[in-house]
Amino acid sequence: MEHKPVIQLQDIYKRFYIGTPNELQVLNGIDLNVEEGEFVAIVGQSGSGKSTLMNIIGALDRPTEGSYHLDHVDMIAARDGELSKIRNRKIGFVFQTYNLISRTNAIKNVEMPMLYAGVSGRKRVERAKELLTMVGMEDRMHHLPEELSGGQKQRVAIARAMANDPAIILADEPTGALDSATGRKVMDLFHRLHKEQGKTIVLITHSPELAEETERLITIKDGNITGERSGKGRQ
Amino acid sequence: MIIYENIRLALFSLKANKMRALLTMLGIIIGISSVIAIMTVGNSMTASVSDSMESMGANNITVGLQQKADEEESTEEGLQFGGPGRMKSAEDEDGFTYEMLENYCETYADSIQAISASENMGSGQILEGSLYANVSATGTSLGYFLANSVDILSGRFFQEREFDDGAMVALISDLAVDNMFEGDDEAAVGSQIQVNIGDKYYNFTVVGVYEYDQSSMGFSSSSAQDTTTAMYIPLKTAKELNHTENYLQFTVVTATGVDPEEFTETTENFFAAYYRNNRDFEPSAFSMSSMVEEMTSMLSTITLAISVIAGIALLVGGIGVMNIMLVSITERTREIGTRKALGAPNSSIRLQFIVESIVICLIGGIIGIILGVALGIGFAGFLGTSAKPSIDSIILSLTFSMAIGVFFGYYPANKAAKMDPIEALRYE
Ligand SMILES: Nc1ncnc2c1ncn2[C@@H]1O[C@H](COP(=O)(O)OP(=O)(O)O)[C@@H](O)[C@H]1O
Ligand SMILES: [Mg+2]
Repeated sequence: MEHKPVIQLQDIYKRFYIGTPNELQVLNGIDLNVEEGEFVAIVGQSGSGKSTLMNIIGALDRPTEGSYHLDHVDMIAARDGELSKIRNRKIGFVFQTYNLISRTNAIKNVEMPMLYAGVSGRKRVERAKELLTMVGMEDRMHHLPEELSGGQKQRVAIARAMANDPAIILADEPTGALDSATGRKVMDLFHRLHKEQGKTIVLITHSPELAEETERLITIKDGNITGERSGKGRQ
Repeated sequence: MIIYENIRLALFSLKANKMRALLTMLGIIIGISSVIAIMTVGNSMTASVSDSMESMGANNITVGLQQKADEEESTEEGLQFGGPGRMKSAEDEDGFTYEMLENYCETYADSIQAISASENMGSGQILEGSLYANVSATGTSLGYFLANSVDILSGRFFQEREFDDGAMVALISDLAVDNMFEGDDEAAVGSQIQVNIGDKYYNFTVVGVYEYDQSSMGFSSSSAQDTTTAMYIPLKTAKELNHTENYLQFTVVTATGVDPEEFTETTENFFAAYYRNNRDFEPSAFSMSSMVEEMTSMLSTITLAISVIAGIALLVGGIGVMNIMLVSITERTREIGTRKALGAPNSSIRLQFIVESIVICLIGGIIGIILGVALGIGFAGFLGTSAKPSIDSIILSLTFSMAIGVFFGYYPANKAAKMDPIEALRYE
């Protein structure tokens, strides 16, 4: 199998409060390549810069310095409008706090990225139902987020991330707010997306066991990549 | 498509905060409803005024005499001028002469359709044995029947020869026919009647019966038997019987296409030339359309005043909408961040909140319109006119509330659109 890099980060720096006395350098020259179909875990202490890195990968934020190509598109040169389009079509976000729209039901939440992609109403509903069925939420489609448990919410959020069939899924501590049994189920879902649909997945996690299940573990400390090794597999 | 979704979303968020939405709409509701109410009342009043003016002939100019303001006395005694002692009534010799009228008609032949003059002979009775009918005998010119709508039920109008000769002919009302001829119009036409006016008796030949229009006579408490109706006779006849030469008052029916406003002034100036040397009187002319105009301008002043108040209410309402939109955007910062993370372009976020603001204003506007129409109808009913809610003002109100929505929603919506996605997602 040919290895094609989808995420290419070179010499990425990120600083906050630039030009003020409390200027903060969060990323110190990160080099990272992720290949198509890879399942990567990023681990590291709280405050080490994992989320900052993830936001840059996800085109939500721009690095202060460095170069970044996603699918060979120069993300530094891309304009905001292009970045929204890339976020919409190529990337699926899964957050620790789910971030579902509280006023609308599960199906409407899953439809949302398709709305911005200009998918017609009937196709949106069809696809949303399909995705909710895939994550095992077919009988909760018309429930509001507040009527769902944490694990159920996260499954809806994963379905939403898959809405426009993105190549890459970025998950920032998706099991962080769940108990280990529910976390397990969510993790299984990621494995399925990886194996069955060949998605490239970058996962931030605090759980050593879950990290070991991925193909590659990247350790970040104080904004530097300090270690990189293969996962030991499922225990 | 995305607009439809946005409207749905906006309705969702309004439903979640019904009380807040209603309070926000209050300014808009008050503003729009007062505009609609005043428009409705104004509309129905103008309609009823011009309706009644129309029936009286909007293109008629009435020319009469008024006492000249006595400058010497009025300066000496201030506001006392025109006091009871000095009120003079115009005598026949002060009146407009036949020559003046003829001159006037020749000078402005193109502008004048007819001149309507009348001569009141006073009240009297048609008598025949024990039968009687109360009438007021009025001498009329040919133009009188053009200026006033008189419907002939039976017989005919006066002929030109009868006008010229001062013939002893009369038009009587159907009411008088009821009293004198048991309602038999055929029997009435051609018959001789004896009329007692003052201490004199006159004999007239009835040539026609006209329809008595009760509404034109106003409220009358007398029974049908005692009601006084007009008995029309040729003008010259009345002049001869009254021993008068001149006209104290007459009505000009203007030709079509003549501006009555302008012609009123022309007319007044024309006759003023004859009265330069008259010590006590000067001509005065006014048209029905100028009265309508006055009425309309008064209404539009009221409308303007209420519109200003409504405008302030709408401005305050708009600011309220802007305020609530800013609050709502702050509350939904994480939602905005999420939407952006999932690929919403700035333009979609802006649209979402502008639509929400438009929906608030539009609902407020619709409530305001309903309230305003109800108020207007109620008030018009109180004034005794029938209300006519104007479609124009309803469409205008809807457009205007949408414009308020756009105007006051733009700033908050733009603020939301420009939010940094990371900051928005990190917002607690
Ligand atoms: N938008 C921001 N503004 C200022 N400081 C930030 C911002 N984002 C992150 N930081 C800081 O950068 C550091 C790394 O944060 P983060 O990447 O969230 O760490 P992690 O996800 O590894 O816990 C922290 O000290 C945090 O306070
Ligand atoms: Mg983090």
